[in-house]
Amino acid sequence: MDGSCNYQGDWKRFFLFCGTKPVKLSATDAGTESADLPNNHTGRYLTTHGSALTSTGNSLLLWKTLVLGIAGILLFLTPVQKLHAQTDCLSCHGDTTMQDAAGHNVGVNGDTFKASVHGGLACKDCHTNIKAYPHPDKVEPVKCVACHADEVANSAGSVHASVPGHTCASCHGDIHAVFPKGDPKSNVYPLNVPRTCGTCHGDANVSKQHSMTNVYPAYMDSIHGFALSKEGLLVSANCTSCHGSHHILSHNDPQSPTNKANIPATCGTCHAGVVTDYMAGVHGKAIAAGNMKAPVCTDCHTAHAISQPSTALSTPLCGSCHADKLTTYRDTFHSHVSSLGTYVEVARCSDCHGSHEILPASDPRSPVAPQNLITTCGKCHQGANASFVQYQPHANPHNRHQSPILWFIQFAMGMLLLGTMSFFVLHTVLWFIRSEVERAKRGSAKGEKDV
Amino acid sequence: MSNVKSSADEIAVHGQESERYYTRFNGLQKCLHTVLFIAFLGLAATGLPMRFSTNIWAQKFALYSGGFGVLLWVHKICGVALTIAFLVNLKDLAERVLIKKEKGIFWGPTSMVPNFKDAGDMLKNFAWFVGLGEKPKIERYAYWEKFDYWAVFWGVTIIGSSGYAMWFAPFFARFLPGWALNAAQIIHSEEALLAVMFIFSIHFINAHLRPDCFPMDMAIFTGKITEEEFKTRHPQEFERLKAEGKLDEKLTTKPEKSLIVLSQVIGFLAIAVGLILLVLTVVAYFRE
Repeated sequence: MDGSCNYQGDWKRFFLFCGTKPVKLSATDAGTESADLPNNHTGRYLTTHGSALTSTGNSLLLWKTLVLGIAGILLFLTPVQKLHAQTDCLSCHGDTTMQDAAGHNVGVNGDTFKASVHGGLACKDCHTNIKAYPHPDKVEPVKCVACHADEVANSAGSVHASVPGHTCASCHGDIHAVFPKGDPKSNVYPLNVPRTCGTCHGDANVSKQHSMTNVYPAYMDSIHGFALSKEGLLVSANCTSCHGSHHILSHNDPQSPTNKANIPATCGTCHAGVVTDYMAGVHGKAIAAGNMKAPVCTDCHTAHAISQPSTALSTPLCGSCHADKLTTYRDTFHSHVSSLGTYVEVARCSDCHGSHEILPASDPRSPVAPQNLITTCGKCHQGANASFVQYQPHANPHNRHQSPILWFIQFAMGMLLLGTMSFFVLHTVLWFIRSEVERAKRGSAKGEKDV
Repeated sequence: MSNVKSSADEIAVHGQESERYYTRFNGLQKCLHTVLFIAFLGLAATGLPMRFSTNIWAQKFALYSGGFGVLLWVHKICGVALTIAFLVNLKDLAERVLIKKEKGIFWGPTSMVPNFKDAGDMLKNFAWFVGLGEKPKIERYAYWEKFDYWAVFWGVTIIGSSGYAMWFAPFFARFLPGWALNAAQIIHSEEALLAVMFIFSIHFINAHLRPDCFPMDMAIFTGKITEEEFKTRHPQEFERLKAEGKLDEKLTTKPEKSLIVLSQVIGFLAIAVGLILLVLTVVAYFRE
């Protein structure tokens, strides 16, 4: 059959079609017959206009002729017929290559559709303005809202509402092949969600066009993405776990689960233990008190890449807020190792201060509380004693009032350097000039070396 | 100056081949200097990336050399080598003073200890620099050479002790207060910075790049100097030995060509490494 032909009003081909390709009934439509019956002579078949027939062997041709005749007469008498079931529509649209005048595919795979979540519905339940055949050339768009009022309402308030062409189908795919979200065939099955969102959010051009970060690659390389794509872990966070599905809001929106104030709760949906620790620490308390300068989960771990800030990156990360502490840390041996050592374990911020439950030194539970220092330092420095832990890991020798002794030592060493170098630079420069002058004076003196 | 001219005439008469050589440094001194400069280069090359660890060159160097662990290991090895050289020097001194009962180690014309003549030499030298008066007559060790020696002596002591304090911090913390460990790091790194800047600029110019010495003073490598060098660089010592009649004891053979070439290669390699480190250090220091 020529898939590109326009069936509308093509009466001759319509008759041919009815006569040569009977459509098999499904169990629902046929009532008593099994849908699994092979397409043989014992099956019940339905012609285009709903007459049920039982064909047996050689009588098929006879029946066909008869049906054609009746159909022809019926059509002649009543050119516009009422449509009753999927099968009526599928007799034409069942050809999956079918296109309309504008070239859009209007074919529907009947089998897939019947298996889909919408399989129990009649075509006209959604295509509400098609009541009879032949139907108008232009059909109204389907309104999902008729059934899915909440979802559509939620989507209308989401960031996707303003995106032209972003419809239900953008995420759910072909509406004739929608499956429940627990079905691995579904576009919104947890393991398929990143791919679905990644259609746009993994496309560098689309991201650029909407001035967004192209987050898909970062997510896929993250611990979440890895667990999901490599291990097939259903509980691993996918896009919707943090962003929601229909009611996706900008992180600037206070209602959004990705709004800074809501991040701990959002991550805590899964990471309950960590969030409990976090909320007990100084950062969690600050956020709870409304101090949005304090870091939430994503400030240290990032949102999509979920980095593990145990690397050298952690020091500038903490230092982006604690600049003075980073400066003093930079002066220490810990930092020198941290900056250079790829293969050496060394104390970085979290090794002493903890990470989620960071407590001030005044809190007796804090690892940097004076009474806990021997234990904390002793993690690396075997044999650390009370005197050893008096070492100041954030000493500031540039501050006279904070560390007067160290300030004096630093000052004295600086003066020694300055004094020595000044004296000898002067000595050397003068000497150099004098030697050159002497040499120039005796330029003509044969073979005599300058003294 | 007449002396110089007459010696030059002498050389012209007898030809280059007959130029006489005198011993300036003994085997132990040459050996200690060799250990010292190799260890120093190793310490500087591994220590500077630590001191300026946030600089990109420091991080690249650490990355390509195998990471911080390797740097620190090389640093410690060199530190130990330098410590041994230092102790050998002390042992040699003790031996000469206590066993051989050698005189003039702590005071006198051949002593390393600064004396009034050195102060006078320095003032005279400055006067000569600006065109006032004659050059001072230098004895066995010039005041800037004594400074080099004591700078290393002091440097090894202070950098070494602070280095060991950091290396074995929990052990040293048994005797030292906690802040001493902070102080140890400041002293170690600042004194080392001074040493690096001094050696790679002042010492290099004095011993290599100065027009008098250019391209390189070979004395510390061969242990020998020519009669002309002796007369011009250490006139006082030359005259004293001549007067004492001990000059001939110092006479030696011409250094082997291969030794000179080897010394020059090593010397220039050291200069190249030193100058690169100096540039990086100075840039990083002033950017801090």
